[in-house]
Amino acid sequence: MARYQLDARRLLCPMPVIRAQNRVAELQPGDVLEVTCTDPGALNDIPAWCRINGHRVLATRRDGNEVIIDIEVGDGT
Amino acid sequence: MSQAKRKAVALVSGGLDSMLAVRVIQEQGIHVEGINFYTGFCVEGHTHAIRKKDQGKDKRNNALWVAEQLGIKLHIIDIVEEYKDVLLNPKHGYGANMNPCLDCKIFMVHKALEWADKNGFDFIITGEVVGQRPMSQRKDTMPVVARESGAQDRLLRPLCAKNLPATLPEREGWVDREKLYDFSGRSRKPQMALAAQFGFSDYATPAGGCCFLTDEAYSRKLVDLWQARGKREYEMDDIMLLKVGRHIRPAPHYKLIVGREEGENNFLEGYRKIYIHLRPISHTGPLVLLDGEASEEDIVLAARITARYSKGHTAEQVTVQVTDLNGVSRELVVAPLSPDELKPEWHL
Repeated sequence: MARYQLDARRLLCPMPVIRAQNRVAELQPGDVLEVTCTDPGALNDIPAWCRINGHRVLATRRDGNEVIIDIEVGDGT
Repeated sequence: MSQAKRKAVALVSGGLDSMLAVRVIQEQGIHVEGINFYTGFCVEGHTHAIRKKDQGKDKRNNALWVAEQLGIKLHIIDIVEEYKDVLLNPKHGYGANMNPCLDCKIFMVHKALEWADKNGFDFIITGEVVGQRPMSQRKDTMPVVARESGAQDRLLRPLCAKNLPATLPEREGWVDREKLYDFSGRSRKPQMALAAQFGFSDYATPAGGCCFLTDEAYSRKLVDLWQARGKREYEMDDIMLLKVGRHIRPAPHYKLIVGREEGENNFLEGYRKIYIHLRPISHTGPLVLLDGEASEEDIVLAARITARYSKGHTAEQVTVQVTDLNGVSRELVVAPLSPDELKPEWHL
């Protein structure tokens, strides 16, 4: 269970989702990916992408203009 | 012994037609997953993210939302780089604006075919309807999409399949042709009736489609960009900036991008280091980027235009800060350009 980070700042949706999707594809079930974004739309889109693709959002938080989303990688089912 | 469950990949735009096409095929026991392509010209997302007045709106990504309603996985694929060749060299030409719809559809179905082969999917479905679009969804061009994409008879259009020759999934009995549809033309009534039948009451109905290239004003700005640079090429930042602000070209060698409101000004802030930029400091006003090479005379005119769009537009003088590409700022005191002096033909 490793923890990874992804910098998706200054990208507008859907690019943060695409970057998260491509990074998640390289990780193992149980790994956690922390995605940092500046487009608040990611707060809707990344959790939606996780729900339909079998991953779990562990936490979302705001830090100034940044939103940070922790994704736990699922097993793809 | 039962056969393995057949699998279809669907082009999911986020609109109603692809949503219906997926559900029609799901109803026949087929496993469906969606693909959504991101070209950089998609109306989804960006403009809502940029403009302050839109920030209170529901910013859902419709393709993701549709996938969730249907209970399917969605794969969003970045095709920004590959798409340049589609836009710059469309074999079948452009539609009413800079929209290469037929080449675009061929390209997307081809990419979906590659994805299907790589991931073990049997066929491709789209929400296309014969006669619905003037370029890519005509009786004579729909076979072109199937042929030139390489998908051939593995491309099934469930909403109008009965108007077209039977495809592989139909001939093999993976899907029952009798349970497919024969929609045609531009009327939306059959789709709305089918949506009601499936219990879909909330779906996106984007006016003017989901692609900026079908937009006349956007296309005009894109052509202007190519003319000004003397070459047909673009980067992601270029196509993003065409979506934002007023574009004013007082002379062939430079143009101004004027933020229209706070959200756009904030977005343009991100480009300050790569463009000469101007902002009024004696009055509230926009951030203005200068794209091109400008003489001192041009800079003064740019400052006067900047003042024109500030709260000081009726004042005798407005102080405008001008920052060059080295980050060095200076102040110019200028008279705002009068409405008569701002020539209509400068507006792109």
